[in-house]
Amino acid sequence: MRREAPRSIGDYTPLFFPALMLIVFFVVPFSTMIAVSFFKRDPAGFYKTDFVFDNYARFLSTFFGSVLGFSLMLAVLVAICCIAIAFPFTYLLTKQSRKVQTVWLVCLLSVLSLSEVIIGFAWSTLFSRTAGITNLLVAVGLMSQPQALLPGFGAVLTGMVYQALPYTILVLYPALVRLDPTLLEAARTLGASPVRAFFNVVTPALRNTLVATLIMVFVFALGCYLLPQILGRPSQWTLSVLITDQAIYQSNMPFAAAMAVFLVLMSLALVGLTLLVGRRENAG
Amino acid sequence: MTDRLLRRLYFALVALFLAAPLIVVLGVSVNEKQDLSFPPKGFSLAWYAQIFTDPEWRSALIASLLLAVSAAALAVAIALPLAWFLWRRHAPWAHIFQLLGVAPFILPPVITALGFLTFWATTGFYGQPWTAAISHAIFFVTLPLVTLSLGFASIDRSLVEAAATMGADDRTIAKTVVLPLILPYLVSGYAFAFVLSLNEYIVAYMTIGFTMETLPIKIFNALRYGYTPTMASVTVFFVAIAALVFGLIARFGDIRRLLGAMGSEGK
Amino acid sequence: MSGLSLNDITKEFGDFKAVDNVALNVPHGTFVCLLGPSGCGKTTLLRMIAGLEEPTSGRIVIDDEDITAVPTHKRNLGMVFQSLALFPHLSVGDNIAYSLRIRGASKQDQQKRVDELLKLIHLPGFADRPVAKLSGGQRQRVAIARALALSPRLFLLDEPMSALDAKLRESMQVELRQLQQKLGITTIVVTHDQREAMTMADLVVVMGEGRIRQAAAPVEIYRKPADAFVADFIGSTNLLPVSADSAGRATVLGSAISGLTLPSGGSKASISVRPEDVHLTAPGNGAIDGTVTFVRDLGGTIETFVEAGGKTIIAVATPRERPEVKVGQSVGIVLPPESCVVLKS
Repeated sequence: MRREAPRSIGDYTPLFFPALMLIVFFVVPFSTMIAVSFFKRDPAGFYKTDFVFDNYARFLSTFFGSVLGFSLMLAVLVAICCIAIAFPFTYLLTKQSRKVQTVWLVCLLSVLSLSEVIIGFAWSTLFSRTAGITNLLVAVGLMSQPQALLPGFGAVLTGMVYQALPYTILVLYPALVRLDPTLLEAARTLGASPVRAFFNVVTPALRNTLVATLIMVFVFALGCYLLPQILGRPSQWTLSVLITDQAIYQSNMPFAAAMAVFLVLMSLALVGLTLLVGRRENAG
Repeated sequence: MTDRLLRRLYFALVALFLAAPLIVVLGVSVNEKQDLSFPPKGFSLAWYAQIFTDPEWRSALIASLLLAVSAAALAVAIALPLAWFLWRRHAPWAHIFQLLGVAPFILPPVITALGFLTFWATTGFYGQPWTAAISHAIFFVTLPLVTLSLGFASIDRSLVEAAATMGADDRTIAKTVVLPLILPYLVSGYAFAFVLSLNEYIVAYMTIGFTMETLPIKIFNALRYGYTPTMASVTVFFVAIAALVFGLIARFGDIRRLLGAMGSEGK
Repeated sequence: MSGLSLNDITKEFGDFKAVDNVALNVPHGTFVCLLGPSGCGKTTLLRMIAGLEEPTSGRIVIDDEDITAVPTHKRNLGMVFQSLALFPHLSVGDNIAYSLRIRGASKQDQQKRVDELLKLIHLPGFADRPVAKLSGGQRQRVAIARALALSPRLFLLDEPMSALDAKLRESMQVELRQLQQKLGITTIVVTHDQREAMTMADLVVVMGEGRIRQAAAPVEIYRKPADAFVADFIGSTNLLPVSADSAGRATVLGSAISGLTLPSGGSKASISVRPEDVHLTAPGNGAIDGTVTFVRDLGGTIETFVEAGGKTIIAVATPRERPEVKVGQSVGIVLPPESCVVLKS
């Protein structure tokens, strides 16, 4: 079958419904949000139509600066932890039998699909004083009394790594499973040990993939909106949490929208940067 | 030998990390009394029964199921013609719609959610149950779009040509060749969207959060007022549904291929 | 005229002419092989006959009906694809019955026809097997049976044997030829394998760079190639320059060959001599002088490479015909005039 260019309006028919839905319910809402970011807050309703930069001007405060800095730092940290755990894991996973791989993938997908609410609840239970992991340590005699491990930075980080880890593995999986096995075999015949071959051959061959994955996980972690709220202190709230907070609880939709636009721009800039880096490396 | 041992240990540690919170939740979900303790004190499945008997949890469950069923159906209805068009026709500019289909999923979810909130608030439909279904369908259209694109790409185009030489017109080909071959991908796309919609919190919260409760919203609201063991049983229930659905996909389809491993036809 | 006729068919892809002004008449019941190297336009031509590509210009006529604008599914033809294109979701029987089923034939009629065809391809009782469980040769036959289910007026095959191993390919070629003769159906096969073409075809159409170089019976193609391209593509050959000397005699590598005439007007041309027609004798006596550079004994035949006047000439003989020659030995080369084909330049 040849793929022909559409010739008549009739050939475009299948495109109508998807195009309509995506434009009306994605492009329009997204544009609405950008427009609202320039509106004024209306304490009685959602917003008042206007054109002001006040919402963006609010970014220029030390409070906002520290939230932004913390959000970025947390997301970077989560991305690094995830890659550090997931990369060797995924590599080893692709060397397993089909059956083992399938079982793991099913488990990973199941965890990945879990709601942030559920992950937050599960970890808050695990870190709690009454039902938490410290009870286990008390039982084996390592601790004298169970204690709560939350709220705290460690809890937030653990929860977010937990949420992002299956995502990281599944992003890395296609690249690693398609990796040419003869590459590694060649290194082995030249006398490299499996561990050395992994670091000297596999890692450099996948450098672009790793950078791309790092950015994807970073953006994913940046979008985390509940875990800092459930597992952390208010000082550990991220930009996403603030957006939710402003939109829902403070009813300040214009400011929330401005922060959201800012978050999009930042995500896009980072994705663009990755593509640029990738292209330069490929060209070089 | 030590290599193997280390590898096993590594796998075990990752498995433990992924399973630990769920094991604890499973433990607390069978506590006999309404307290949060682990290891559990006594054994009771009452908190599971509560999901179905307690009117609030039950209505949240029904809302969640209705939302997931309809949102996934709508997502597939958007993705199928789009993926078909992109496969059948040569129209490079139409790929912009593919990008639009993937974007809501890649962007931080808060942003997509806020986009819907402002949109529904502006149009005056804020809080209507169906707005959540449409929002989820757009949010998760990526999943059937990706599985269906993979499915179409896996169809040997000469099969379509062969059917034409045997006298089948476009409609007959779609019915007798394309649809049967694409069906597993359609079902997986639906299943992925269904499970994720069932679990989704922020978009649902920002569209219908003040008028009705889905299970994730119910859990979060309950969490703010303290602990009830039903949260734990619902969590276990959700994990079980996800594992069941993905397990079925793996059993009847090729989950490795769906997740990007190519050339898995040759055994 | 009953049969297929292609009238000045041209197909352009952008600036590239894949098929260039092809004209061909195929009488009803003929077995045609479109033969040529990859990229010569043979598959594109077949796909135009099937309606899978649209010619840029020209007309395709079957049994006096112009089908150029008729869509594939209304052309009533059977086609076997290079990948075979068996439907993986259907059983062998359902694959074969596909064209009947979509026309709403009754279950009994489908069953009857499937049984008939399975018998024809020597696979009775295979109807319920899944396609994936068949061997390469069996899949091949099922694809053929499926294409023949409706007794089409044209049977098209695109490199149908390319997936089979050499032995199986040879027996399938014979089988396909016998089947075609039994059914008397007009058949067009695309192939790049000249042995395959020689085995099966009534009419071999050699294509190169989008044009028909020669269309003739297999033996004629081999014996009387129209140009250097055909001579070189069909079997192996010695291509040698020939020129007229002062007396007007045709001269090859310095030796006149009596009985060979050059086309009028031209003083320079080339000739094609098949290796099995080249005779080696003692030097002198009007023969071309040469030196043996390599001898290849293949058991059934012996190939001798002889260098003469800067050209390497290959001679093939059976072990019985040839007194032994050694590398470095001087020999005389005799080119029988009746075996020398003067080629269009």
